[in-house]
Amino acid sequence: MSVETVIPPNDPTAKAKSAEVPQVRVRRRIPAQPPWFARWESLLFGSGTVIFVLAVWQAIASARIVPPLFLPGPFAIWEAFVAYVADGSIWTDLAASGLELIYGYGLAIIVALPLGLLMGWYRRVNMSLDPIVNFMNAMPRIALVPLLIIWFGIGIWSKVAVIFLSSIFPILINTQAGIRNLDAGWIKAARSFGGSDLQLFRTVALPGAVPFILTGMRIGVGHALIGVVVGELVAARAGIGLMMATAGAGFQTAKVFAGLMIVSLAGVFLVGMISLVERRFQAWRPPN
Amino acid sequence: MSDPRAVKLSARQVSIHYWLTRSSQPFLAVDSVDLDVYAGEFMVIVGPSGCGKTTLLNAIDGLQRISDGELELNGKPIRKPGGDRAMVFQQASLLPWRSVLGNVSYGLELRGKMQRAAIRDRARELITLVGLKGFEDHYPTELSGGMQQRVNLARALAVDPDILLLDEPFAALDAQTREYMQAELLRIWSATRKTAIFITHDIKEAIYLADRVAVFTARPGRIKEIIEIDLPRPRELRSKREPRFLEYEDRIWNSIEEEVRATESRALESVGSR
Ligand SMILES: Nc1ncnc2c1ncn2[C@@H]1O[C@H](COP(=O)(O)OP(=O)(O)OP(=O)(O)O)[C@@H](O)[C@H]1O
Ligand SMILES: [Mg+2]
Repeated sequence: MSVETVIPPNDPTAKAKSAEVPQVRVRRRIPAQPPWFARWESLLFGSGTVIFVLAVWQAIASARIVPPLFLPGPFAIWEAFVAYVADGSIWTDLAASGLELIYGYGLAIIVALPLGLLMGWYRRVNMSLDPIVNFMNAMPRIALVPLLIIWFGIGIWSKVAVIFLSSIFPILINTQAGIRNLDAGWIKAARSFGGSDLQLFRTVALPGAVPFILTGMRIGVGHALIGVVVGELVAARAGIGLMMATAGAGFQTAKVFAGLMIVSLAGVFLVGMISLVERRFQAWRPPN
Repeated sequence: MSDPRAVKLSARQVSIHYWLTRSSQPFLAVDSVDLDVYAGEFMVIVGPSGCGKTTLLNAIDGLQRISDGELELNGKPIRKPGGDRAMVFQQASLLPWRSVLGNVSYGLELRGKMQRAAIRDRARELITLVGLKGFEDHYPTELSGGMQQRVNLARALAVDPDILLLDEPFAALDAQTREYMQAELLRIWSATRKTAIFITHDIKEAIYLADRVAVFTARPGRIKEIIEIDLPRPRELRSKREPRFLEYEDRIWNSIEEEVRATESRALESVGSR
């Protein structure tokens, strides 16, 4: 169609040219479909890098450039892990650390979400709590572990407490920021339709702040895992962190690495779960 | 239009101030406005940019507190938003995580007086009315600006308000869609005869739609004059080319031009005095 309009109406060759139009190859207007591997692209590249790094690591370890006491290779770590599973102690450790994480991190979310919403929404709540939140956030909460052990004993509750304190503030602060950054137009529209505070929370504040809340939760996971490991390093009856401390004291370097891998993979898993939730809430957002 | 009708909305000496963050002085946006809007009337407000039109409309909707005077709806002072009013905002302000259907349903959901299925049906009706049939499941980010504005209009119409407040609802539309929407709005309005207050910068649009046009002065906004548009209804789009239409257009254009010029010379003076 656009080809025709270019031709001046009284151009003598117009007829001849327009007769050619059907033969003109029409350029495709629809953007090319992503190739079949697009869905797997990020997995492909991501795992490629991981395999490469593991291979180099194994090569260094096998070449004995660094003594295995300092840097065991991936295979040695895998063997240590298998032995750890075989002797059965992994299950008590996993149960202890897992429970600590679930209680501490879960409690942090339960407390941080409503508190963050209130702080973001009500100026006076923010004014009242802001100094305490800032102070507590600035405090290196890991340093509280000895104190928490005196208060809560060496069982899981001292670790639950440190995990809670470590992960609550990123979630709280991000939730509050999310509410603060809501589009004023959304709130105005909701108010104009007679929305109550509760309705505004549910239909505007919460969905509007979701990206911030999830960012806070993602940062919180990292802090929570530090809490698990460091808390158990100081004193514990069971747990992955305790295992790492014991293995380290006995120069079982590969086993320490195995513990490190377990903790890191747990973190990757949790962040992955959060990303799934995020994708569910962000369906409306155009890719990039 | 000459028959004495019930006053729907009355503003008496209404002034509205803003407190600016970095100022110890209140900022006067609307200054002693007197305005009566009759039941079933189509009132259009025109005036230079920044003169306080949106501010006044927000006050009528109950979103903005007035600092002086009286603002009454059906004889009762306006204190907060109510089910008898609905606003079409200058910025579409759609919820990006809700589909077109979800956004059009939004007002009805907040009112909470209808069953879910009934809300959906009503929303679908309005989506068709504003010409967005087939886009029910699209998200606002997937719509053009003009389409978003039509969702904004449908959202307000869906709650079936007594007074419809429209803040430059068609400003973002292309000329054709705009004329189409103007005619549609008139059609909807003629069928229901709801009171409408409509802000626009487009003088043709103002005359085409209005029973009366209120011209605002430059900020702080006062009402400069109210011009009765004595053109027969129903109006056709082609009536925009009739001589009487053009007379009105000239008159309103001159009136606004005076105001814009007044602001400019004031601005020049204040520059010169420094
Ligand atoms: N939230 C606010 N806080 C402070 N001042 C404001 C606020 N909103 C508007 N104003 C000021 O009040 C005046 C009137 O604004 P308003 O939005 O009512 O103008 P308007 O007539 O709707 O203009 P336009 O035609 O450009 O939409 C402007 O000078 C603006 O600077
Ligand atoms: Mg405005």
